[in-house]
Amino acid sequence: MKFLPTSDADREQMLRAIGVASVDDLFDSIPAEVRKPADLPPPLSEIEVRRMMGALAARNANARETAFFLGAGIYHHWVSAVADQMLYRAEWLTSYTPYQPEVSQGTLQSIFEFQTHMCLLTGLDVANASLYEGASALVEALLMSARLVRGRNKAVLSAAIHPEYRETVRTYFAALGLTAVEVPVGPDGATDPDALRAAVDDDTFAVAVQSPNFYGVVEDWESGSSAAHAKGALSVAVVAEAVSLALTAAPGERGADVACGEAQSLGVPMHFGGPVLGFLACRSEHQRQIPGRLVGETRDAEGRRAFCLTLSTREQHIRRERATSNICTNQGLMALAANIHCSLLGKRGLREVAVQSHAKAEYVKREIGRTAGYRIPFSGPTFNEFVVEAPEPAAPLLSRLARRGILAGVPLSRWERESDRRFLVAATEMNTREEMDRLVAALGETA
Amino acid sequence: MSVEVEENSTVQSPDRLHPEPRHEPLIFERSGEGKVGYSLPPLDVPETVAIPANLLRAEIAGETEVTEVEIARHFTRLSRLNFSIDEALYPLGSCTMKHNPRVNEEVARLPGFAAAHPLAPEEVSQGALELAWRLERTLCELTGLARVTLQPAAGAQGELAGILMVRAAHEKRGNPRTTVLIPDSAHGTNPASAHFAGYKVRELKSNARGTLDLHVLEEAMTEDVAALMLTVPNTLGIFENQILEIARIVHAKGGYLYCDGANFNSFVGVAKPGAMGIDVMHMNLHKTFSTPHGGGGPGAGPVAVTERLVPYLPRPTVERREDGSFFLDHDRPDSIGRLRTFLGNFGMFVRALSYIAQYGNRIGEVARGAVLNANYVRAGLSGVYHLKYDAPTMHEVVFSDKKQSEHGVHAMDIAKRLMDFGFHPPTISFPLIVHGALMIEPTETEARPGLDAFVAAMREIARECEEAPEVVLKAPHTTPVRRVDEVGAARNLVLRWRPES
Repeated sequence: MKFLPTSDADREQMLRAIGVASVDDLFDSIPAEVRKPADLPPPLSEIEVRRMMGALAARNANARETAFFLGAGIYHHWVSAVADQMLYRAEWLTSYTPYQPEVSQGTLQSIFEFQTHMCLLTGLDVANASLYEGASALVEALLMSARLVRGRNKAVLSAAIHPEYRETVRTYFAALGLTAVEVPVGPDGATDPDALRAAVDDDTFAVAVQSPNFYGVVEDWESGSSAAHAKGALSVAVVAEAVSLALTAAPGERGADVACGEAQSLGVPMHFGGPVLGFLACRSEHQRQIPGRLVGETRDAEGRRAFCLTLSTREQHIRRERATSNICTNQGLMALAANIHCSLLGKRGLREVAVQSHAKAEYVKREIGRTAGYRIPFSGPTFNEFVVEAPEPAAPLLSRLARRGILAGVPLSRWERESDRRFLVAATEMNTREEMDRLVAALGETA
Repeated sequence: MSVEVEENSTVQSPDRLHPEPRHEPLIFERSGEGKVGYSLPPLDVPETVAIPANLLRAEIAGETEVTEVEIARHFTRLSRLNFSIDEALYPLGSCTMKHNPRVNEEVARLPGFAAAHPLAPEEVSQGALELAWRLERTLCELTGLARVTLQPAAGAQGELAGILMVRAAHEKRGNPRTTVLIPDSAHGTNPASAHFAGYKVRELKSNARGTLDLHVLEEAMTEDVAALMLTVPNTLGIFENQILEIARIVHAKGGYLYCDGANFNSFVGVAKPGAMGIDVMHMNLHKTFSTPHGGGGPGAGPVAVTERLVPYLPRPTVERREDGSFFLDHDRPDSIGRLRTFLGNFGMFVRALSYIAQYGNRIGEVARGAVLNANYVRAGLSGVYHLKYDAPTMHEVVFSDKKQSEHGVHAMDIAKRLMDFGFHPPTISFPLIVHGALMIEPTETEARPGLDAFVAAMREIARECEEAPEVVLKAPHTTPVRRVDEVGAARNLVLRWRPES
């Protein structure tokens, strides 16, 4: 076998050194009646694996070969060649959690830089080394809030938070006896601020609002923050399209105590939904309750700057059932990708990507809005994604367009049965005007 | 300018042909006003900002201004400060640091996978759905269990998913029960996951063999116990040879047997957990199935379950229609719900299926190689390092610093000294039931010369502990930085760079 470097002669010598006659003897502690080989096909060569995977991959629409407008939490943004190629380096790819700082300074410094980028983008003081993805990041943010605001059992969530995030919150909360109350959106597509304020009470530990929200509408973090703080709860800002952080108000500057969500947009390919990149940032007064890994700056024995994992007394390998989270492995390589991406684009590029994405979305929103039969139902300002109402059920319409190489949007009927004519359209810097005109023309034809 | 020159310099040791980079400034410190590292196509639509001013931000103060050249250099230099599995033995116990086949990286980047969107219409996502379905069927065959959810993002999330399914099954019968039993040798994630599933944890003391004591289990296993979470083989690398009796005791009280399958690499293709009476088990694709560890993720933690737990699997599941097409089934009323967005860490599914396909029906050789290598290291170090539990070793062996601590040298020092010999240290101070543990997992992708060199290094360090403990206590001596002050890091928290104000 090509991945097994032990020669027959070495194996014989090793067995002699161990003092057994065969490798089988080493498995004596497994009861004989449960020993059974796997019924799998014969091994494939690299050539055959490429062929098999190539055939499977060819049966998926991909953003590089289509006019592509899908979003709803996963976005098709530019990933630089330098970032992708860097991820192939074995020193990044094949190392693990930097438990031993003296031989892991590369990973540790990169995480420290990633933490800094997330702080700059969110306007908060502290960011962790990453979490799995957006939905579980929201759960971690809420559980962190519940620990900080003790004795309360309720979270107030905007109903315009990504539906899969809300479903994930329900899964985690059910076992812990916590409740989540949802506040609907108004006619502008933003969370109704009065309803939000009314839903927060003395049992509320957190108020969570997403911006841009699931319908693409830019929310004012301030309405969530003031509602939360009026009752002593924490304000949680949820971001599913992290590119927006370069253009829209930073959560930390508009009263949010915790920001969390999905940073896939910052240099991570879509990967059919994973691996992506969860993040969580908070104010320094709450840092001892932050879940997940943290890297800190320190010194080595000779006084040089060095980095290491820190505050590990919060973590499961020390605290066991009293840990702040059960998370262990996180999304290290994706955090590296985001660090490279943010560093490469920097101050100017992050903003330019955001501005282009927004301008293109505004263009295609206006053009679709002018197309006979189509309507833009929400009046609120949007960033790079918006809801369209079609003259017919959206899912079959979108399937027809997909077969023509236009991935026009995501139907809301997947989550909202009553909105079967509505769908989400997203634009990024990757879209050309020609593609957008083609989308608009195709929608016009089917109307 | 003088500051920058100083920071960019490398410390040159005279005996090295190529000086190792010792220090790399932060990328923020490389910034220079007006530098640009990217270009975008000119905007081909009217530029507009249609968002009210109060919802906009100012420029991101402190963000970088660097060129692509500096990015390539910075991240290449940083990478050289890392030890990696491609360099040498990385015997981090419990983490299964084995060779990562390169073709897996290539196929995972095919545009049909890397540039595919999880919410694209089903009819243009058939390849991705089929891949997930095939991986599930393959993992069912390997575990001997009925169904698998691929959704959990890592082992710990798999544990939570598994225990939530147990909880849902008990709830369906009217009583979720209150307690989960966990041996004292378990991973820290087990008690944390049980806690987040709403259970109290009762720790079970291991017996002198290092395995579960049946009397202790029998006494603790009441009808208030939802499940026993058992790591098989356990963190001492010892197989629970009474697994069939354990399953009988747990099932007799209506409980479920949860298997932490982090160590599945030691018996994959040799024995099936389903046949052992295990009801639910998570696997770590980044351990047994060799998806790269990436400096701390991404992982993937699929969970296999028996028929009885199938109704409670996370939503959605991937199903095949009679016409051979695949679809996502969201309509599962008894499901525990979702643990995350979309289908899971799909990119890891691609790599794992590619890995398994390359072994095929010879996958058992993974386990056979891993167990052979661990036993060889055990034979080489027995008598030199203390072995608290001498039951047969599977894929990893746990020695301790008991002998060396008599000379004032502890596991941490031995770990640091090993770096000077060109090896990554083993896992230290875990499992907690072995004081001063040195948990060594060589994996199957290590040849005998590499193992011999590791054993020789460990023996040499043992000799140093007796004859020249100072050199061990001050180790490492040859790494990019010397021993790092972790206590200082926690005392004086600096968790980010800040722009000079």
